[in-house]
Amino acid sequence: MSNPHANLERRRQAIYGWLLLSPAALLLSVFAFYPSLATLWSSTFSRGNRRNPSEYIGLENYADLFADPTFWLVVRNNLFYAGITIPVSIFIALSMALWANSKIPARGFVRTAYFTPTVLPMIAAANLWLFFYTPGLGVLDQIGALFGLPSVNWLGQPETALWAIIIVTIWKEAGFFMIFYLAALQTIPEDLKEAADIEGASRWTYTRRIVLPLLMPTTLFIMVNAMINSVKLIDHLFILTKGGPSDASKLILYYVWEMAFAFFDAPHAAAMTMLVLLVLGIVAAIQFFLIDRRTHYQ
Amino acid sequence: MIPQPFVSLDGIAKSWNGKIGVEDVSLDIPEGAFVALLGPSGCGKSTTLRLLAGLEIPDEGRIVIDGRDVTNSAASDRNLSMVFQSYALFPHLSVAENVIFGLKVRRVPRAERLEKLRRALEITGLTGLEDRKPGELSGGQRQRVALARAIVAGQRLCLMDEPLSNLDAKLRHAVRKDIKKLQQDLGITVVYVTHDQTEAMSMADIVVLMKDGHIQQIGTPQELYNAPVNTFVAEFVGAPPMALIKGHALAGFDNAATIGLRAENIRLEETGKGRLTCTVTECEFLGAETFIGLAHEHATGLTLKAPGMALHPSGHTVEIGFADDDLHIFDSGGKRVARTSLTPTAKRHDQA
Ligand SMILES: Nc1ncnc2c1ncn2[C@@H]1O[C@H](COP(=O)(O)OP(=O)(O)OP(=O)(O)O)[C@@H](O)[C@H]1O
Ligand SMILES: [Mg+2]
Repeated sequence: MSNPHANLERRRQAIYGWLLLSPAALLLSVFAFYPSLATLWSSTFSRGNRRNPSEYIGLENYADLFADPTFWLVVRNNLFYAGITIPVSIFIALSMALWANSKIPARGFVRTAYFTPTVLPMIAAANLWLFFYTPGLGVLDQIGALFGLPSVNWLGQPETALWAIIIVTIWKEAGFFMIFYLAALQTIPEDLKEAADIEGASRWTYTRRIVLPLLMPTTLFIMVNAMINSVKLIDHLFILTKGGPSDASKLILYYVWEMAFAFFDAPHAAAMTMLVLLVLGIVAAIQFFLIDRRTHYQ
Repeated sequence: MIPQPFVSLDGIAKSWNGKIGVEDVSLDIPEGAFVALLGPSGCGKSTTLRLLAGLEIPDEGRIVIDGRDVTNSAASDRNLSMVFQSYALFPHLSVAENVIFGLKVRRVPRAERLEKLRRALEITGLTGLEDRKPGELSGGQRQRVALARAIVAGQRLCLMDEPLSNLDAKLRHAVRKDIKKLQQDLGITVVYVTHDQTEAMSMADIVVLMKDGHIQQIGTPQELYNAPVNTFVAEFVGAPPMALIKGHALAGFDNAATIGLRAENIRLEETGKGRLTCTVTECEFLGAETFIGLAHEHATGLTLKAPGMALHPSGHTVEIGFADDDLHIFDSGGKRVARTSLTPTAKRHDQA
């Protein structure tokens, strides 16, 4: 019973919407959806060589992975890596942003200083930290030597290698996330603080009850980014540890790379990629649907 | 014994990098008064209010509230509430949470909190909107939430910075009455900033008129209207504002630099009997009366208030008359001069 004019208008709006979407949809199809499907496809084939050509083997590649102890070690490493880098870098970013946003002397300098690690390419950052970590010559050891501490090979022993990697990542990411927090803090009007002051709220109460809730959308955004980074940011592994010693600092993506380009085992690499995609998708969905509902967007 | 003022500002000054915000502001406010800070934009009204609230600390002077020197105390120690020009509502909290924010901070027990919330919402007519976010309210409703937040605190002093500036004319009129009634019912002291002289004159017991960071006059609305201390006050207060005529334009007033005259004291005269001859510039019909704008080479703001519909074609020449008693005399510095201090020659001449 709806009026034909309104119907037409609605259809026109729909077409208009699809037209606006199509460039992005096209690019995403070519560069994201198609490659994902192709990966999925190739993950179900065996690795071919001259004698046995590649053939369809269903989920066998996945079964192999689940039976591979290195795979599980790498997964554990990556979970630990994410479990430390995400909360710590967010916490540091937030603290720095709150501090750099308050009325402190040399505010511009502080902000720039915090942001500097972000503009460095990951490879350069890793080289910088190599200079810190190198046993004997490194800055850390030199400082340690001043206090009579023995030389430590931070990158060379299984107990410390992953931690060393984690610290570089946090150092690199915190400044980047701080910029987002700073931008969000600037949008909180000054008079909210004044109103809270008059109501007798302490600085901490104000931060907890007003600032943090208003930063929730930013936090959500940063969390998703940090999570993705914890999987995809592996450049520094190439410089610092190459996943060693004895796989102690190996992360999933590095293992994928190794599988594909060092061992030339593309099908297993593809299977692992699919698993990563699946997990990332699930976690992102949870973050968006659960946290989003409790988030206030201005 | 003279009762101690409830709020007292004494020689307050505040400047930013040598630029004056306010200077030498002294003001005593008795308890229960409705005080309006009035003045043009940038005159220091908000600054005065923020100094009183503790959001700024004065460079000089003393602030006493309820017998306590609070010059350097934090805002939270001053036991006052404030309605911000921008409302300053917390956007992520519901109306109810916004209103009881301060009570929660001050750890008021839950039952008492809910009771106070209910009363505050009832008084401000917000019942039923408890769960809305500020973004889902109209401007007037937001304004009332800000008001509810201020009264729920139960403080005896409430500061308001142009709380009605974002409302349309009709709503503004209604809320103006609400605020006034609320203030009287609760018996609180209100300091109210506005740049709208009608608002100040209609609501306030005491009007403080400011200009360029200095207080020009403190007094009741009647005092400001009937005895402006200088030409600035004369021109700022009243609609239409007071007309100013150069002294030498009027026979017998050569010693007065400027003479002020209100529209309601001017009357049309027959040709030859008037004291000034002017040209009509415009007519503004307001229903019950008509304002006729007049031009004279030695006068500014001359307006004649005629009852009912009384349109005159512009360019028309008219003569006007007025009584000496209705004239306000100002010296060359713009200061008000008592009429008796004028050389009496002119007057005696008149009376003879
Ligand atoms: N934080 C500040 N820094 C520098 N100058 C300021 C500051 N706050 C106010 N001023 C200056 O002090 C003067 C008085 O400002 P104030 O805000 O009190 O004006 P106002 O009377 O409230 O005007 P309006 O009606 O436009 O709100 C202005 O000249 C203003 O530029
Ligand atoms: Mg102001």
